[in-house]
Amino acid sequence: MIWLASLAILLPFLAAFGGMLGGPSLGRLLGGRSALRDGPALIACAPVAVSLVLAAVVAFVVWQDPGERTGTLTVIDTGSVPIRVGLQVDGLSAVVALMVCCVALAVQVYSVAYMDGDRRYSSYAAFISLFTAAMLLVVFAGDLLVLYAGWEVMGICSYFLIGHRWEERANSRAAVKAFLVTRLGDAGFLIGIIVLGLGARTFEIHGVLSRVWTMPDATLTAAALLLLAGVAGKSAQFPLHTWLPDAMAGPTPISALIHAATMVAAGMYVVARLYGVFAAAPGALAVLGVVAVVSMVGAALAALAQDDLKRVLAYSTISQLAVMGAALAVGAKSAAVFHLLAHGAFKALLFLAAGCVIATTGSALLANHGGLRRGMPVTFWSMTAGFAALAGVPPFSGWFSKDSVIEAAQHAALHGGGTTEAGWFAYAPLNSTRHGEITGPPGGVAWLVYLGLLLTVALTAAYAMRAWLMVFFGEPRGTYEIREPSRIMTWTVAALAVPAAVLGFFGLGASELRPHPGPALLGIGLAILGAGTVFLVWNRDPASDPAAGLGPVRRVFARGFYVDELYAMAIVRPVQALARGVVRFDRRGVDAAVVASGRGARRLGGLLRIPQNGNPQTYLTGLLAGVVAITALAVIFR
Amino acid sequence: MIFVWMMAIPLCGALAMLVPADRFLRTDFAVRAFGTGVSAATLLVAVSAMTAFDFGDTSRTQLQVNEAWAPSIGLRFHLGADGISLPLVVLTALLTFLCFLYTLRHPPAGGRIRLLTALLLVLEVGLIGTFTALDLVLFFVFFETVLIPMYVVIMLWGGDGRRAAASKFILYTLLGSGLVLAGMLLVAVNAGTLDMVQLAARHGSGVSRGVQITAFALMGIGFAVKAPMWPLHTWLPDAHTEAPTVGSVLLAGVLLKMGTYGLVRVALPLTPDGARVWAPWLGLLAVIGIVYGALACLAQRDLKRMIAYSSVGHMGFVLLGIATLTPVGIDAALFGNIAHGLITGLLFFLAGAVKDRWGSTDMDAVGGGMLGTAPRLASVLTFASVASLGLPGLAGFWGEMLAMTGAYRPDADLPRGAFVTFMAVAGIGALLTAGYFLRMLAKITHGTRPAAAADRGPAVSAQEYAAWVPLIALTLLVGLWPKTLLDVTAAPVRALLGGG
Repeated sequence: MIWLASLAILLPFLAAFGGMLGGPSLGRLLGGRSALRDGPALIACAPVAVSLVLAAVVAFVVWQDPGERTGTLTVIDTGSVPIRVGLQVDGLSAVVALMVCCVALAVQVYSVAYMDGDRRYSSYAAFISLFTAAMLLVVFAGDLLVLYAGWEVMGICSYFLIGHRWEERANSRAAVKAFLVTRLGDAGFLIGIIVLGLGARTFEIHGVLSRVWTMPDATLTAAALLLLAGVAGKSAQFPLHTWLPDAMAGPTPISALIHAATMVAAGMYVVARLYGVFAAAPGALAVLGVVAVVSMVGAALAALAQDDLKRVLAYSTISQLAVMGAALAVGAKSAAVFHLLAHGAFKALLFLAAGCVIATTGSALLANHGGLRRGMPVTFWSMTAGFAALAGVPPFSGWFSKDSVIEAAQHAALHGGGTTEAGWFAYAPLNSTRHGEITGPPGGVAWLVYLGLLLTVALTAAYAMRAWLMVFFGEPRGTYEIREPSRIMTWTVAALAVPAAVLGFFGLGASELRPHPGPALLGIGLAILGAGTVFLVWNRDPASDPAAGLGPVRRVFARGFYVDELYAMAIVRPVQALARGVVRFDRRGVDAAVVASGRGARRLGGLLRIPQNGNPQTYLTGLLAGVVAITALAVIFR
Repeated sequence: MIFVWMMAIPLCGALAMLVPADRFLRTDFAVRAFGTGVSAATLLVAVSAMTAFDFGDTSRTQLQVNEAWAPSIGLRFHLGADGISLPLVVLTALLTFLCFLYTLRHPPAGGRIRLLTALLLVLEVGLIGTFTALDLVLFFVFFETVLIPMYVVIMLWGGDGRRAAASKFILYTLLGSGLVLAGMLLVAVNAGTLDMVQLAARHGSGVSRGVQITAFALMGIGFAVKAPMWPLHTWLPDAHTEAPTVGSVLLAGVLLKMGTYGLVRVALPLTPDGARVWAPWLGLLAVIGIVYGALACLAQRDLKRMIAYSSVGHMGFVLLGIATLTPVGIDAALFGNIAHGLITGLLFFLAGAVKDRWGSTDMDAVGGGMLGTAPRLASVLTFASVASLGLPGLAGFWGEMLAMTGAYRPDADLPRGAFVTFMAVAGIGALLTAGYFLRMLAKITHGTRPAAAADRGPAVSAQEYAAWVPLIALTLLVGLWPKTLLDVTAAPVRALLGGG
C-alpha cells in the first residue's frame, strides 16, 4: 500500500527531472510529431497516467478495507523532535489523491494540444509533473514536515507556471505576487508546525492528533491559528486571497490544475487532515468561520462584476473554497471534503472549457464572447454542466455537496454543537476525543456562516448565469470563426463533464451527505432567485452586460474591494521605503562609524606624529626640557 | 596523519610557485592546470579522510595527530576531526578545487596567475588547518593565515574599489582576531591548558564565571566579525563585491564559516556560562541581521552586492541557531554553514558568469530577458536563488527551519519569550528573503531583452558547468536527504553541550 502510494508520488517526480533535462532530446530521438512519439508529451503524460492507476488501486483497497496505514522510510534525528519521513494512507488521502491524479492527467493531456508549438513546453510539462508529485506528497504525507515540503514545492511550481510566459512583465509580477502572498501565510504555517510538533513531541500527523488532548489550550489555539495563516494563503482566503485573480495570467490549463482543483484545495485539505487540532481549538474554528464568510460573500460579489471569464472563475474559486472552510468551521468535515472533490471536478471542467473558449475567440474578455453555443456544442454542453454544478442545480454534483454544507451549517446554527462524523472520511483519532463529540463554533458564528452560505448560493447562481449567458448566448461579438478547438481539448473537457455531473450521487452512501428536504429546497429557491434575476436583466437587452445593473458599486466589486490598493499602500510601499532606509543607514550609519573609527585612529596617529617631525633641533630641545623638568621635580619633591 | 597530508600537498604546491617561471610551468595555462591538479589531490585526500572516518562514532575526535611543538609553553601540534569539523574540511577542499577548475578557463583579469595559485593554495592550507586544529594557539595561527592571502587576492584582482575594500577587510578582521586571541588566552591561562579537546571535556569547570563571561564576550565579538553578525558586517559587502569570482566564492563559501565554526568549536565549549549570559544578545543581533540583511538586499541594484548582503541574513539564521544553545539549534547552525557554502558559492560563480558576459553585475545594466538570451545560465541562477530562499527539498531550508525550531524552545536557562519573538521575526526575514530573490529574478531573467543590450553571451563553458554541477548536485542531495549531514553532526553536538 505505502509502496504504491510512494510510487505514485515518485513517478511524476522523476518525470519532472526527466522532462526538464531530457524532454527535447527524447523528442528528437523519437523523431515524430504524432502524439505517441512526442517525447516531452510522453514524459509528461505517461507517469501521471500510471500514478492515476496506482491511486485508484490505493483508493479501492482503502475502500474495501478502511483504516489507516503508515510507513516510515527513515527517521531524521534533528537534535530535538525527530522527523519521520513517511507516508500515511487512509480514506481521506486516498480519495483526494485520486481526484488530484485525475485532474493532473486531464490537464497534461489537454496541455499537449493547448500548448502545441510552445518552445518551452518541456519545462512547462515538467513543472506540472513536479507539482503533481508535490501535491500527492502533501496528500499522502505522514509527517508534518514532509507535508510542508510538498506544500512549498507546490508554491514554487505555481510561481514558475504562472510566470511561464515571462516575457511580459505583468505575468512575472503575478507570479512573484502569488509566491510572496502564499509565502507570507507559509511563514505562519511553518511556525504553526513547529509549535504543534514540539508541543506533541512528534511531527507525525497520527501522533500529533492522538496527543492533541495532552496539549494546553493556548498552545493548540496558537498552533491552529498559525496553521490557518498558511491555509488562508494557499486556499486564497481573505485576507491573503489577492494573488489568485492575478494568477490567471498563467496559461489556462495551469489555472485549472493549480488555481482551481488542486493546490488551492490543499489548504482546506490540511484543515481536514489536522481536524483534531482545529476541533480542539474552537477559537480557531470561529476565526475560520468568519474568514470563510467574508471570503465567500466578498468573492461572489467580485465575481459578479468581472469582465474576464477567467477572473470570474478565479473569484468563484475563492468563494467555493470558502464554502469548504465554512463547512469545516461548523464541524462538517465530510461535507467539506465532499465539496472539495465536487469542486475539483467541476472547476477543472470550467477552466478547461474556458480554455477552449479562449482558444477559439482569442480573448478572455466576456465582452468579446457571445453566441458560442451553436459552433461549439461539446464545449457548450460540458460547460453548462460545470456551471450547473457550480450554481447548485440538482442533480449535478455541486448541488449535493453544497446542500450537505448548508444542512450542517443549519444544524449548527439551530441546535448548536457539531455533527458526529462517520462514513467515508472518518478518521480514528477524531472519534476518541475528550468530549466524545466535536464541539461546534459559538452560536453567533454558526448563524453568520449559515446566512453567509445562503447569500452565497444566490450570488453564485447569479454570476454563473451571467457568465453562461454572456459566453454562449446572444449574438456573436467578435470576428473569429466559431468552431471547436482541437479534439484532444474538447474530449478532455467532455470527459471531465461526467464526474462533474454524477459525482454527487456518491454522497448518497453516507448519511450526513444525503440531501435533506429543508436546506435542499431553500438552496434551490435561492439559486433560482439569483439566476432568475440575472436572466431577467439580461433578457431586456441580450447585447449588454447584466452586471451593468449593479450601478456604481460595480467598479468596487470589479476591483475586488480595492484590497490590492490597500496592501500596496499599507505594506508594499512601506517595506520598500524601509529597505531604502536600511541601505542608507548601512552606508551613513553603520559603515560610516567603521570608517570614522579608522579615520580617528589615523588622526590620533597624526597628533602623535607631530613630535616625530625629524628635526634634530626639536628633539634636542625636548630632551633638554625633559632634563630640566625632571631635575626641577627632583629638587622640589626631594 | 591524513590532515597533515591534506595541508602538505597544497603547501608544497604553493612553494613550487616560487620556482621561477622559466624553469617550471612556463605558460599560464600550465600553472592553472597545476593548481587544479594540486587541489584535486587535496580533495582526493579529503575524500579518503571521509572514508577513513568512522561515522558510527562521530563525536570522537578521529584521525588525530598530536605532537609536541613548543613544550615549554605547553603548545602542541594537535589536529583531528569529528562530525562538526569534517563536513567543513570537505567543503573547503571541494570549493577550492572548483575554484581552480573555474580558473582554468576563466582566470580573473589582472594576470600574475602564479601568485594567485600560490595564494589560493595557502588559503586552503589555512582553512583546513583552522577546521582541524585542536590546540588554541595552533587554531589561531591558521585562523590568521587565511587573512593575508585573501587580502592580497582582493587587493590585486579586485574591482575598482578594491583598495578600500581590502584594507577594510584586513583591518576589521584583524581587530576581531585580536579579540579572539585575548579571549582564548584568558581561558587558557585560567584553565592551564591549550588543548581544545581537554577544555571542551571540562565544560567550563575550573574557569570562574566572571572570566567566562569576559572571555565569551571577547571571542564572541571576534568571531562575530568574521561570521559576520550585524552590526559588524560592513566589511563584507565591499569585500565580496570587489573580490574576483574565486575570491568571493571562497570568502562566502568557507571564510565566513570560520566565525560560526569558531563559536561552536571554541567559544561555546570553553565558556558555557559565558555563553548563557550572552546568548540572548547574540540571538537578538542575529535576528536583526536576518531582517536587516533582507531589507538591504531588497534595495540593492548590484547582483554581487545583493548576494553579499544575503549572506548577512543567512548567517543570521546560523547565529540564531547557535544562540539557542540547544542541540537542534547547533545542528541547524552546522547545517546552515554547509548549505550556505554550497548555495552562495554557486551564486557567486553565477554572478561571475554574469559579469563575464555582461561586463557588469548591475541589475539595470544587465537588463531583462536572461531566460531568453542565456537560458541555461538563467535557469541555474533561478535554481540557486530558489535554493537560497529556503525551499524545502533544497539545502537552504533545513538550517532555517531547525534554527526556528531551536528558538521556539531554547535552552532552559534562556528567556523563552524573547526567543519565541526571535523565531517570529526570523519567519518574517525568511519571507523578505523570498521577496528579494524573486525581485532579482524578475528583474534580470524575466521580461524582454533591452534593444540596446549586448548580444547573446558566449555559451556556458564546460569549466563553468564543472564548477556548478557539483554544487547543484550537493544542494539537491543535502536538501532531499538532510539525514546525510544531520547524522554526522547530531552526536558531537550533543557531546559538546554536555549531553550523552
